[in-house]
Amino acid sequence: MEIKERIIEKILLAIALSSIAILALIAFFIFEQGIPLIWKIGLKSFILGDRWVPSQGSYGILSMIVGSFWVTFGALLLGIPLGLACAIFLCEWVPPTAGIVLRPTIQLLAAIPSVIYGFWGLIVLVPLVRTYLGGPGLSILSGSAVLGFMILPTIISISEDSLRALPPSYKAGALALGATHWQTIWRVLVPAARSGIVASIILGMGRAIGETMAMIMILGNSVKMPSSFLDSTRTLTTNIGIEMGYASGDHRQALFATGVILFFIIMILNSLAITLSRRRVR
Amino acid sequence: MNSRSSYLLWSLILLLLFSTFGCQRQKAGITIAGSTSVEPFAELLAEEYMIHHPKSYIYVQGGGSTAGIEAVRTNAAHIGMSSRSLTPEEKDLYAVTIAKDAIAIIVHPQNPIQDLSLIQIRQIFCGKIKNWSDVGGPSRPIILVTREEGSGTREAFQKMVMENEEICLESLVQDSNGAIRQVVSSDPNAIGYISLGLVNEKVKALRVSGIEPNLKNILHGRYRLVRPFLFVFNGSPKGEASAFLEFVLSEEAQNLLAKEGLITIRP
Repeated sequence: MEIKERIIEKILLAIALSSIAILALIAFFIFEQGIPLIWKIGLKSFILGDRWVPSQGSYGILSMIVGSFWVTFGALLLGIPLGLACAIFLCEWVPPTAGIVLRPTIQLLAAIPSVIYGFWGLIVLVPLVRTYLGGPGLSILSGSAVLGFMILPTIISISEDSLRALPPSYKAGALALGATHWQTIWRVLVPAARSGIVASIILGMGRAIGETMAMIMILGNSVKMPSSFLDSTRTLTTNIGIEMGYASGDHRQALFATGVILFFIIMILNSLAITLSRRRVR
Repeated sequence: MNSRSSYLLWSLILLLLFSTFGCQRQKAGITIAGSTSVEPFAELLAEEYMIHHPKSYIYVQGGGSTAGIEAVRTNAAHIGMSSRSLTPEEKDLYAVTIAKDAIAIIVHPQNPIQDLSLIQIRQIFCGKIKNWSDVGGPSRPIILVTREEGSGTREAFQKMVMENEEICLESLVQDSNGAIRQVVSSDPNAIGYISLGLVNEKVKALRVSGIEPNLKNILHGRYRLVRPFLFVFNGSPKGEASAFLEFVLSEEAQNLLAKEGLITIRP
C-alpha cells in the first residue's frame, strides 16, 4: 500500500516536472541559439542598433523594440479605459440578467483566434485608416486598435475579480459616510483594488507584446524607426514570425536572439504582475 | 481496489508509450516542403500525379526556400522546393530545375502607369523616387511593398533589379506573394513584385522598359526578370520522389506549368 502510494506520487511528480522541463528546454534552445550572435555583434549594437539588414550583416533591433512599445502603448490607451469601465460596470451596475450574457461574451473575445482579429483588421480597419487618415493604412494605429480589443478580456476579468475580492465593509463604510455610489467606486473601491488592476494591465501588456499573427497582417512590418501612429512598424515577435521561413545561419541566430530579448521583456512584465498581485493578498 | 487502480495507471502509461509507435502515416507518401512561390504549382502537380497514381500520397507544405532545403537535409521532407539558386554551403544537395518563373512588377489596377524602366523601378524601390508624379502619374506618395529578408523572390529581385542598391527600409514587408498581392490590390498607391504566375485581375503587371511580361517575351529572352524553381534532394532521388520528379519533368506536367504562367524547361 505504502509503496504503491509512493510510486503513484512519484509518477505524478515526474509528470508535473516534465512541463517545467519542457519550459527549461525551450529556454535553453533559445539561449543556446541566440546568445552566440549577441556575443558576436555585441549586446549594445544589437539592442541599440537601428539598422536591420541581415543580408548585409546588420542586426540592430532598436526599431523593433520601439515598435513593440508603441503598439503596446497604443493598445493600452484603448484597452485600459474600456476594460476598467467594463469591469466597474460588471461589478457595480450590471443587472443580473445582462451579466449572464455579458461575461461569456467577453470571455468569447479571448477565444477568437488572433488570425481572425488580424483578418478583420486588414479588411475593415486598414482601408478606413488609409482613406481617412492617409499613409499606407498598415500602421501602428490599426495594430493598436486591434490589440486594444484583444487585451480587453484579460483586463476586464482580472480587474473585476480584484474589485469583487474587496471586503464588503469598504463599500458599506464609504456609503455610510455619505459618499455617492460613484465617489465610492472611484475614491474607495478602485484605489483599494489598485494592485490587482495594475496586475491586469501588465498581463494585458504581456499579451500585447507577445501577439504575432494579427500584427504580421496589420502592421506592415517595415524595419524603419516609427515616427507617427500612421507609420508602419515591426515588433519583436513579428520580426521572428515574418523572417523565420527563409532565415539561415547568422540570420536565424539573430531571430533567436530577438527571442532572447523578448523573453527578458516578458519575464520582467510577468514577475511585476505576480509581485503586484501577491501584494494584494497580503 | 488499489491494485486495480495502479494496474489501470500502468496500462495507461504503457498505452501512451506504445501509441507513439503507431504514429507512422497510414498511406505511403512523400513530403514536399519549401518555397511559398513554388508551393501552389507543386500542389497542382501533386494533385495531377495522385490522379495517375491513386495509391500514392504527396504532402505539400510551405515554409520557405531555406526551411525546405533544411527539411531535405534533415530528411524531414523528401523533396525541397526552392525559388532561388543554392548557396555554396548548400551545394552538397542535389537540385533539379523544374521550371522558371518571371517576376512581375505590380500596381493597383487604377494606377494610370503602364510602363517603368528598370532604372525607374530601382530608384522607386531604393526610395529616391517617392511620388508617382515623378514617373508620370498622379501626385501621390508611392507605397513600397517588398518581401521579407531571406525570401527567394526578394533575393531574385535584389539581384535582377536593385543590383547594388538597397531596398528602402521604409517599405512595407509581407511574407508571401499572396500577401503582397492583397496589399497592392487594396492600395491605389502601392507597388510590389510577385511571381508572374500569381498575377490576377486584382492587380496590374507593369511593362518593364516597354516589355510586356508575357510568355513570348520571356521565351525570347526580352523580359529579363526570370529566376529558377528548384526541386532539391538529399542525394539522388529515390523511389516515389524519383517517380514524382520524372512526372514533373514530363511533357504533360510541363504543359500544366506553362498554362499556369511558368516558363517550362523544355524548349
